[in-house]
Amino acid sequence: MNRRSYILFAILALLIVVLLIADLAAGSVTMPMRDVVAALIGADCPDSTRSIVVDIRLVKAIVALLAGIALPISGLQMQTLFRNPLAGPYVLGVSSGASLAVALFILGAPFIGFGAGSFSSFGMAGAAWIGSALVLLFISAIGRRIKDIMVVLILGMMISSAISAIVQILQYLSADDALKSFVIWTMGSLGNVSMQQLPLFGAAVFVGVVLAIIAVKPLNLLLLGEEYALTMGLQVRRSRMIVFASTTLLAGTVTAFCGPIGFIGLALPHVARAIFATSNHRVLLPATALVGAATMLACDLISKSLTLPINAITALIGIPVVIWIVIKNRSITSM
Amino acid sequence: MTVKDLSLSYGERCLIKGAQADFSCGELVSLIGRNGSGKSTLLRVLAGLNDNYSGEIIVDGDSQLLRSPERARTIAFVNTSRIRIPNMRCADIVALGRSPYTNWIGKMQPEDERIVRESLATIGMADYAERTLDTMSDGECQRVMIARALAQDTPIILLDEPTSFLDLPNRYSLMQLLADLAHNSNKFIMLSTHELDIALQCSDRIALIDTPDLHVMDCESAANSISKIFGISLR
Repeated sequence: MNRRSYILFAILALLIVVLLIADLAAGSVTMPMRDVVAALIGADCPDSTRSIVVDIRLVKAIVALLAGIALPISGLQMQTLFRNPLAGPYVLGVSSGASLAVALFILGAPFIGFGAGSFSSFGMAGAAWIGSALVLLFISAIGRRIKDIMVVLILGMMISSAISAIVQILQYLSADDALKSFVIWTMGSLGNVSMQQLPLFGAAVFVGVVLAIIAVKPLNLLLLGEEYALTMGLQVRRSRMIVFASTTLLAGTVTAFCGPIGFIGLALPHVARAIFATSNHRVLLPATALVGAATMLACDLISKSLTLPINAITALIGIPVVIWIVIKNRSITSM
Repeated sequence: MTVKDLSLSYGERCLIKGAQADFSCGELVSLIGRNGSGKSTLLRVLAGLNDNYSGEIIVDGDSQLLRSPERARTIAFVNTSRIRIPNMRCADIVALGRSPYTNWIGKMQPEDERIVRESLATIGMADYAERTLDTMSDGECQRVMIARALAQDTPIILLDEPTSFLDLPNRYSLMQLLADLAHNSNKFIMLSTHELDIALQCSDRIALIDTPDLHVMDCESAANSISKIFGISLR
C-alpha cells in the first residue's frame, strides 16, 4: 500500500464524517447544528432533539453506513469470483432470491400462525440468507460449466424476472395486511430498521466483512483465474465457500432489512478501482467499503431532502457508472 | 519427476496409454504432438490440475504431491489464457507468485520483494514493474506470466504453448531464455509447442505424443520420428 492510498483513505474517512453529521442534521425537522453535535456527544440539548437525532436519525445513518459497506463488498467479491465486471448482488439475481424468500416469509407467515406485521426480524434475515445463497449456488454451478460471462449475466437477469413474476403471483394471492407490508418493503428503505434490530443487522454485516477480509488473498489469486489460483496453492473450493458465505450474509442481510437496493453493489467497486488505480484486494476491500459508506450516506441525504425512495437515488447514481464501465471496455466478453 | 504407466483420456477418447518417462532438473523438454493429441491435458495432469488419470506420477520422490496444495512450492504453471486486468501492475502480478510463501493476507516480506524484482530482471522486464497489464503487448504479458512462475521459486515449471502469441524473434529469444533458466538455475522446464524447428534447436530433449504413446528422446532421433509421424521432412 503506497502513500497515495493512505491519503485517499484519510480523505474518504473525513468525507464520511462530514456526510454523517450532515445526514444527522438533515430531515423534516430542522435543528441547529450545535444541538445535533451536542446530542451526539451527550452534552446538554433539548430532549426532543436528542430523541430525533439519536433514536431515529442515528439509527438510520448507521443502517446507511452498514448497507453502504455491505453491498459494494459483496459486489466486489462477485466481480472477482465470476471474473465479470458487471457482476453484483442485484444484477445476478441474488437480491431477487432474497426478495422471494422474504416475500414467502412475509406473505406466508400469516398462514403458519405468525400475525402479519409481527414477523420476527431474524426469520426475515434467515429467509433472505437462504434465498440469496440458493441463487448464488445456482449461478455459480452454471458459471462453472459455461465460462462465457454473458451467459451468467443473462441468467441473472432471467432469474430476477422469473422471481418478480412469482412474487407478483404471491402478492395477488395474499391478504391485504401482509401485502401492504411487503409492498412497502420492496420500495427499499433505510428507515425500517429499529434500534432492536440493529444489533442483528450489524453482527451479520460484521461477520460478512470478516469473511471478506479472510478472502483477500484468495480473491487476489482468483483474479488470474481458477487454474492459476490452483497452481499457486489456493484451496479453491474452500475459498469459494468463504466468498459465498460472505456475499450471502452481506447482500442477504441488507436486502432483508432495507429491501432490494440496486446498483450500489455493482457500481461502487469500479469507482474504488478507478480512484485507487489498483486491483489488489488488500487496498480495494477497505477502499470499496469507504466509497460505499460515503455514497450511501449521500444517497440517504438526497433521498431525505427530496423525499424520494432510496432505490430511485441509488439507481440514478449507479447506472451512469455501469454505462461508463460498458463504454470504457467496449466489449464485455473480452474483459 | 517420474511418470509410471500413465494413461489419460479426454472424455471417451484415449490420449496416452502406459507412458513411462523420467525427467530431471536442469533440462528443457519440449512437448510436441498434433492438435488434439493431448499436450495440454498432459501438462495439466503434471501440474496437478487434472487428476483424471491412471498410473503414477512421482515428484521429488512423492507420489501424492500432485494432489496436495503443497505442490505450489514445487511446480509452477503457465497456461494460454490472456490475462489483461486493468490497473494491475506487473510487479503485482509477479508478486502473486509468492503466495505459497506469504501469510494469510499475502503480506510481502523484503525477501519476497527482492525475488519479485529478480524474476522481472531475469525475464528482461525490470523496467516494466510499474506498468499496468492493459498497456502491454501480448508478448510482454506472456513474459510477465513467466516471471510470475519464476517468482514461485519452484524446481519445476510447466508452460502450455508459451510461444503462441509471439513473433518469430520473440519465440527464439523466449525459448533461449527458458533453456538458459533450465541450465543455469537447475530447473526442469517442460513446454508444449508447435514450433518444431525452434524446439529441436533449443531443447535438451523432446517429448513426442504419437497417440497413444509418449516418446521421450534426444533431439536428433526426434527429428527422424517427427518426419515419420507428421509425414513431412525436416532439414
